[in-house]
Amino acid sequence: MPQLTYLEAIRQGIWEEMERDPTVFCLGEDIGIYGGAFKVTDGLINRFGPERVIDTPIAESAIVGAAFGASLTGMRPVAEFQFMDFIGCAFNQIVNMVAKAHYRWGAPAPLVIRGPSGGNVHGGPFHSQNPEMWFVHAPGLKVVCPASAYDAKGLIKASIRDNNPVIFFEHKYLYRRIKEGVPAEDYIVPLGKARLAREGRDLSMITYAAMVYTALEAAEILAKDGIELEILDLRTLAPLDREAIATTVRKTNKVILLHEDVRTGGIAGELAAIINEEAFDDLDGPIVRITAQDSPVPFSPPQEEYFLPKVSDVVREARRLAAY
Amino acid sequence: MPTEIVMPQMGESIFEGTITKWLKKPGDKVQRDEPLFEISTDKVDAEIPAPASGVLQDIKVAEGSTVQVNTVVGTIAADGEAAAPAKPASVAQPAPSSEKPEKKEVAAPTKAPPAPERKEVIQFPHEEEDHARSSPLVRKIARENNVNLSQVTGSGLGGRITKQDIMAFLEKSQPSATAAASTASTAPAIAPSVPSARPAPAPGPVAIPGDLVPMTQMRKIIAQRMIESRRTSAHVHAMFEVDITRIVQLRNKTKSAFEQRHGARLTFMPFFVRAVIIALQQFPIVNASIEGESIRYHRHVNVGIAVALDWGLIVPVLKNADELNFLGLQRGITDLGERARSKKLKPEEVEGSTFTVTNPGQFGAVFGLPIINQPNSAILGVGGIAKAPVVVTDDQGNDSIAIRSLVHLTLGYDHRLIDGAVADQFMALVKKTLENWSEEVG
Repeated sequence: MPQLTYLEAIRQGIWEEMERDPTVFCLGEDIGIYGGAFKVTDGLINRFGPERVIDTPIAESAIVGAAFGASLTGMRPVAEFQFMDFIGCAFNQIVNMVAKAHYRWGAPAPLVIRGPSGGNVHGGPFHSQNPEMWFVHAPGLKVVCPASAYDAKGLIKASIRDNNPVIFFEHKYLYRRIKEGVPAEDYIVPLGKARLAREGRDLSMITYAAMVYTALEAAEILAKDGIELEILDLRTLAPLDREAIATTVRKTNKVILLHEDVRTGGIAGELAAIINEEAFDDLDGPIVRITAQDSPVPFSPPQEEYFLPKVSDVVREARRLAAY
Repeated sequence: MPTEIVMPQMGESIFEGTITKWLKKPGDKVQRDEPLFEISTDKVDAEIPAPASGVLQDIKVAEGSTVQVNTVVGTIAADGEAAAPAKPASVAQPAPSSEKPEKKEVAAPTKAPPAPERKEVIQFPHEEEDHARSSPLVRKIARENNVNLSQVTGSGLGGRITKQDIMAFLEKSQPSATAAASTASTAPAIAPSVPSARPAPAPGPVAIPGDLVPMTQMRKIIAQRMIESRRTSAHVHAMFEVDITRIVQLRNKTKSAFEQRHGARLTFMPFFVRAVIIALQQFPIVNASIEGESIRYHRHVNVGIAVALDWGLIVPVLKNADELNFLGLQRGITDLGERARSKKLKPEEVEGSTFTVTNPGQFGAVFGLPIINQPNSAILGVGGIAKAPVVVTDDQGNDSIAIRSLVHLTLGYDHRLIDGAVADQFMALVKKTLENWSEEVG
């Protein structure tokens, strides 16, 4: 199986879909000749030409508007944002137009809006955010946050084929750090299905994206104390895999919710409510949240380190909950 | 540490109490919960039990004195505390410290050495009783296995009972039935560790041959609702004998015409339901529910009709039954019954009842004592209809014996809301309506 980085896996997924389906095309800032700010779309223009790999002005609202219009005519646009932080510029187009099209007129809007998000790269407050919850809160959108290269390819392909608008968050910290065997053939990872990243019997940790690796690293340390952490990678935040969430809680009876997003209004609050609804009687301890602080992402490296959840935070909280 | 004895608060509005009699003298041995002194307050006279075992050390408030609640009226010293304050440590110590073979210490080993330690373990949960710190999961496991959590020792934070604790407890108590004898002989020290005040934990179920079948969802709900109702309402039952000869005759006469005209069988049920509706309108409290500390008087009468099924029981609801005429009642009751049996009821059709009628007599019971269908405040049980010799008195006051059709109606009611007199008047009106039936059946 060829070894691909997380970034290459996304490129391969888009590439395969463009080969397979002539209605799929890409648009975004500098995605053509330059190959994108992070080089996700590198080489696409040579294979598919400037009609299917379109460079746009720096105008996020226009990018989404154009993609939305194309989707209504039956195309399957894949719109790139240089940084997901700037998705705020297109907020109205996304939450009022794109998200509600099917509800208002029964018109499917099969577009994908993708781009890098996440911190731990010293990018500061405009290039490090995790804005996924803005869209989880808007009915009509699907929100995808892959953690592995295998999932990144399978999920981008599933997102392009989905008839609903999908916001696809690529964690920039993982772009070149994650490299693993990714099948060269066609496969998809279905939206709305979580995966067990690690099996364990003592505590469940529910997380997604880059924090999956923080959890895995902590799990190795905890295993030496005899605490076996089970890690559930959500993969998509909308729709949520309620069944997988309930299943792991019923198994271990103690749960920690971990995310890189800020604390207030993060998915952990919603997960806690779901666990309360689905598995209250199976809880043997309080639901614990580990999240970033309620603050803009700091530019200063030591401050950013303090701001983000760390392996040591996970280990500490896991030990505390295990003893509860 | 001596235990302080305080004047208890014997009611919310009671602020002081008078000690009328001490039942022990200083120096007397007392057992926890043994009557210690008598008090008299505005509302009650009571015997107050000792808060702890030990020796009554001193009496601070003499007989006849009145003091405020929570005033310390005396103290109890733990056993040996007052007598030998310097030595309690060595007394408590087990065998190893055999330097001074005094009399006191000779006694100790025979009484199972670790006694003091164990006592603490037992007493703590005993006082905590239901507040043993645990989790939803632990409480669920305890419920399912019939475990009193006060018997489980917690090892979690702050003595919390964890999943591991209760699983270990269950594992230990499971094989106890068979292993008890051998355990007792090899390790006699285990025996006294069972708190003497409460029954020993139920031994694991003895295997009586038979099939273990999980309850259906319906059975679980029935089980839960029945217990819940028994626990919620103060059930009282009033039984009335009603002469329904007139209705039996009316029905026999009109049955076939009714069926021809309306395509519906004429049953007895709508007669009872109609009589109940009339009485509910007269006595709205019987058509009410308790909500917190308020009473909700329902504007409409929604009659729950208990329907026996081969696989259980369901109570569909005839909504706004007070707005239906006799034919409407008959049609509604028949329809709900049929659809209950063919599993075609909608969820909203089995909720919202304000009063329920059940029919234990359909298989021949003389009468039943029905359990209230929560959150109703009453339920009518209709017994079997049977002919019986009855003494009847004519207008001139002449008695004779006649053969009449009788039915026994039982009202199960919640005495929290409905007093006996109201229930009886309600039933008297039901009886009167039925015995003097005058309504067109259509």
